[in-house]
Amino acid sequence: MSRLLANNAWALGLAGLLAVLLIATKFIQPDFGVSGLDSLARAGLPFALATLGMAVVVIAGGIDLSLAAMMAVSSVTAAVMMQGAGDGGAAAVVGFVLVLGMAMGAVNGTLVVVTKVPDIVVTLAMLYVWAGVALLILNAPGGAAAPWLRELIVGGVTLPGLPEAATNWLPKSLIFLVISLGVIWLPIRGTKLGLMFYAIGSDALAAFRSGVPVGRTKIAAYAVTGLFAALGGLAVTMSTGIGEPIPGPYLLASVAAVVLGGVTLGGGRGGLIGPIVAVFVLRLVRMDLTLMAVDPNVTTIVEGSIMVAVVMFGAVMAQRGRRP
Amino acid sequence: MTSTLSRLARLLRDRPILPLVLLLLALVGLLQIMNPGVVNLLWFGNALKIAIPLAMIGGCQTLTMLTGGIDLSAGTVATISAFVMVTLVPLIGAPEAIAIALACALVAGLVNGFGVAIARVHPLIMTLGTGLIGNGCLLVYQRYVIATGTRIPDFLLWLGTGKTWGLPNGLALFVPFAAALIWSQYRTGFGRLLYAIGSNEPAARLSGVRSWQVYFSLYARSGMIAGVTGLLYIGQVKSPSLSLALPLDLPSVAAAVVGGTSIFGGRGGYGGTIVGALILTVLTTMLTLLHLPEGARRILFGLIILAVTAVYIRLTDQS
Repeated sequence: MSRLLANNAWALGLAGLLAVLLIATKFIQPDFGVSGLDSLARAGLPFALATLGMAVVVIAGGIDLSLAAMMAVSSVTAAVMMQGAGDGGAAAVVGFVLVLGMAMGAVNGTLVVVTKVPDIVVTLAMLYVWAGVALLILNAPGGAAAPWLRELIVGGVTLPGLPEAATNWLPKSLIFLVISLGVIWLPIRGTKLGLMFYAIGSDALAAFRSGVPVGRTKIAAYAVTGLFAALGGLAVTMSTGIGEPIPGPYLLASVAAVVLGGVTLGGGRGGLIGPIVAVFVLRLVRMDLTLMAVDPNVTTIVEGSIMVAVVMFGAVMAQRGRRP
Repeated sequence: MTSTLSRLARLLRDRPILPLVLLLLALVGLLQIMNPGVVNLLWFGNALKIAIPLAMIGGCQTLTMLTGGIDLSAGTVATISAFVMVTLVPLIGAPEAIAIALACALVAGLVNGFGVAIARVHPLIMTLGTGLIGNGCLLVYQRYVIATGTRIPDFLLWLGTGKTWGLPNGLALFVPFAAALIWSQYRTGFGRLLYAIGSNEPAARLSGVRSWQVYFSLYARSGMIAGVTGLLYIGQVKSPSLSLALPLDLPSVAAAVVGGTSIFGGRGGYGGTIVGALILTVLTTMLTLLHLPEGARRILFGLIILAVTAVYIRLTDQS
């Protein structure tokens, strides 16, 4: 038990911070309730999915600067193909976009492995490529999203057989996030592949000597990142109803949340729960400051300061821990 | 045959800037073939003018990348310096405004230096955070000075847009700057320390290098370079905005990388970055002349950067 606590100390600390922030929100805005929670979860959904994608590739020792651009490609592809398509057609489109995301991620990973150019440089170049692809597909915001897809993330959960009040406070978008995480990450985390992600992230050479196919594992990690990026792009289209060809502010925000969530840049350490909690901590700080009628520009300053302060704190703690 | 090849490989390894210069010349030649008559003195002057700010911000990236770092706040710092300067000139006069603008840039650099040197935060995160904070400060500042109006001092306009004998006046600032940077990276203790730390930080520390002092000074210098670039850039663009130099951030990293500086540290130099910035500028002209849609242009830009870097790494790492 104490080991479990020690292993997840960072995520637990963040969760505590989140709880404190939620209580503070209730004080600032006494009528903060179900609808506030819902809008918080919905606004945070694309950020959370982007962060999950970034966390996977960072754990595997890489970084993907083209993440937001891949989200844009997924978003416009979904919006263009869904225009005029029926409900069944829209489901096929969702499947296609998810495969497309994995393919884009796999292309990034393959280029990293084949060219031997550092990850950060390859994905910087691919940022231009995917942003260009998104612009070629759709020149200006447009397209459409199927109504049932929008229903999927708007409002609270209602379960048959239970009174509506019992479950209605739980935002659907949060359930969507938890299900995406469970379906994609849990199977990987439990198998050899997840272990190999951590292995190549902590020491690629040692992993290679232990018989891990480093190149293929890296490509797989990038593909998972692409899959999360596709989900993030779908979430953008689902919540706005249109496709957005210009990459949103997801790249920097996801790197920030990943680091705040306890994943070490350079790889091999951390999990996916911490980064998700970190996303909502950052969103909630933003919301609280808005509720307190603070200038939205000051919000940016506060956000940046929190990120830097927390990371400094983490770095200092890590140095303490290393000393005997 | 093999010996010729290996001799060529050794030549490229010893003089890594050669293939880049050849590539640059080939691109200019291609441009001339694509659109005969476009390459003339006027074009040459303009290309140099556009490449100068990019190459200067690329200097921030080169220096920090030599130690295995990066400075993603450079674009923001340049914007802050430019914006603070143009809004203060009508109030307190040009010399004071420039001094305050450069002081802002220095503060941003010192904050980066503190984070990287003392708190040991990863440079990517630290400079990203400083960039965010700086951008927020700029937005808040802008609300208070919105009424004062802006003015760009005449000599900055002369430096940014003027030309003498077909060459941009910006060279008057850039040539000494580049010379000092290249000289300092090869001939001064500070420059050699950057390479030492970038190659192997523990080894450098065990040899008696106080790496925190080097980092502190390095990021402060990077902030100053960004600040000076901002002043030059505003003279060139002439319309102050809150996102003035932000579009230079990623291309400046690309210029340093194309110019052969390793993002992991210890390899490369500023000479390559200058050629890299010129290559990027010529490429942009070329892609504009192709009359492709914006999307296709970006795709080609990304692919070419990737291809050049991949080939270059292959060529120079051959053993």
